[in-house]
Amino acid sequence: MNKRSIIEVSQLRKDFHVGDVTVHALKGVNIDIHEGDFVAIMGTSGSGKSTMLNILGCLDKPTSGDYKLDGVSVADLNKNQLAELRNQKLGFVFQSYNLLSRTTALENVELPLFYNPKVKAKERRERAINALEAVGLADRMHHTPNQLSGGQQQRVAIARSLVNDPVVILADEATGNLDTRTSYEIMDLFQKLNERGKTIVFVTHEPDIARLTSRNIVFRDGHVIRESYVADQLIAADILNTLPVEVDQL
Amino acid sequence: MLGIIIGVASVIAMLAIGQGSKKSIQGQMSSMGSNLVFVMPGSQQKGGAMMGNSNAQTLTLADAEAIQKQCENITAVSPEVRSSGQAVFGNKNWPTSIYGSNEDYLSIKKIDVKSGRMFTDKEIKSMAKVCLVGETVIENLFGKGADPIGQTIRYKNIPFKVIGVLSEKGDNSFGQDQDDLLLAPYTTVQKRILAIEHIQAIYTSAASEEKTTEAIAELETVLRARHKITNPDDDDFRVMSQSELVKTFTSISDILTALLGAISGISLLVGGIGIMNIMYVSVTERTREIGLRMSIGGKGKDILMQFLIESIMLSVLGGLIGILLGYLAAAGVGSIMGWPVEITTNSVVLSFLVCSAIGIFFGWYPARKASNLNPIDALRYE
Repeated sequence: MNKRSIIEVSQLRKDFHVGDVTVHALKGVNIDIHEGDFVAIMGTSGSGKSTMLNILGCLDKPTSGDYKLDGVSVADLNKNQLAELRNQKLGFVFQSYNLLSRTTALENVELPLFYNPKVKAKERRERAINALEAVGLADRMHHTPNQLSGGQQQRVAIARSLVNDPVVILADEATGNLDTRTSYEIMDLFQKLNERGKTIVFVTHEPDIARLTSRNIVFRDGHVIRESYVADQLIAADILNTLPVEVDQL
Repeated sequence: MLGIIIGVASVIAMLAIGQGSKKSIQGQMSSMGSNLVFVMPGSQQKGGAMMGNSNAQTLTLADAEAIQKQCENITAVSPEVRSSGQAVFGNKNWPTSIYGSNEDYLSIKKIDVKSGRMFTDKEIKSMAKVCLVGETVIENLFGKGADPIGQTIRYKNIPFKVIGVLSEKGDNSFGQDQDDLLLAPYTTVQKRILAIEHIQAIYTSAASEEKTTEAIAELETVLRARHKITNPDDDDFRVMSQSELVKTFTSISDILTALLGAISGISLLVGGIGIMNIMYVSVTERTREIGLRMSIGGKGKDILMQFLIESIMLSVLGGLIGILLGYLAAAGVGSIMGWPVEITTNSVVLSFLVCSAIGIFFGWYPARKASNLNPIDALRYE
């Protein structure tokens, strides 16, 4: 089966110049991600996984090697073109949600479409509402972030990442600020999105979370040291049933 | 934003007060007759006091007559003599001044006779002891609203019969009461009261405002010939015209207004710096937000526009409030101090434009800084 190639990384190198010292953050990385994959990128601090995510997210450019996103090579793009690419093709989910604090959930979700001149106000609103429904927060669309729990805020962030219909969602420690139960609820959401065909790249250092994805790529010292499909992928919904129920939910 | 509000308010108020008082002075002066040209004895002082030395004795009646005969551009001439002293009626007395003139004085100085009559040429020739009185004198000697005509008042112990009442003129722009006077034939004042041969001023009316310059030139020529003066620096008289006075006062007023405006402008500048500070702080506080916006597709110029617009809105809003406050302040000061006040459309439009410019100029650097942030670093910012 010839699935569409979403991410094609070949011989990627990234160097940082800090004063007199050159740091080789990525030393020749090769990655292929196809449509419908659910990939966890793992590694400790300093392994290069954050740098990899920045490059995958078109926030940074490789020093050498090639990165093709949905067939488009980023090497020759300038800052404005990269911004457009991010707007059209990518969805970001951050560890600390990064929502705008004085705006409603609905307006937060609309935000990426504000930077898309092709989408008019009415369509923007409709797509935002649909995205919020997809993450189960349609009844809270007029709440501001300080009226939402951590898990709900992350759901809004996920809805925001979906609103422009990206080819891949990039999540950076998306469950890092959440408690155990809420983490599994979010992973459940990601799994359901993946079942519906969304490609997801998830950076994490927690093995328990990685076992909920279908493929793991492990970084160390700027290299990919191991790449494998997850045998016995766990189902988040099942785990949720076995977890002790919160006292105030009784 | 407070700085902008205060800055704009003070600029508007200062300009309004300045404009208003200038208009008022101009109005006052033109009500005194714009063809007015008068001569005072005493030497000119370059850039010094504008009043001549009235104690000098160099002007005579013959001078006045010569001016009347020889100056083509002068239509009316009156000598003036004056004295200060007590006017007495019954058991009331009042310190006032008595002015001596001929009949032309009324038209030259644009004074009207409200009731009664002006003295005649015959009464001038006979040094008649008659006079007209101003409202302030009536109020203090006869009581407000009383009719003094036919009554006799004593000035420096000389009895004067009141034959007329002068129309009210109010205070002039120097704060002098123009209704506090007695007007009598100049011969009477000159001979009976002052016992002098010279006169203290010559008041004339130029043929028209345009002819004033020629009138002054003719007048100077006549006087120099009579006083045997060859070098204008040696003039023993000083010629002043109404239009010259108006010009001088207007330019002084303009300078003062501009100065006040400039000082207020400084507070506007301070306001602008305040906006710049607020915007810098805002950019710093929202670094993560900027990083987020960039990550989901915001370009540098989108971020720049966003913050620039915020800055302009701040300064324009401050400007609007400032214009309102300035208007209220000017009106308030005007009614309390009795100064006239005029809000010109110019100053409002100017303030508005300046505010927008300040918003753009002082907001530019913080907005630029925001747009140049690196999204990766910005997202990590604590």
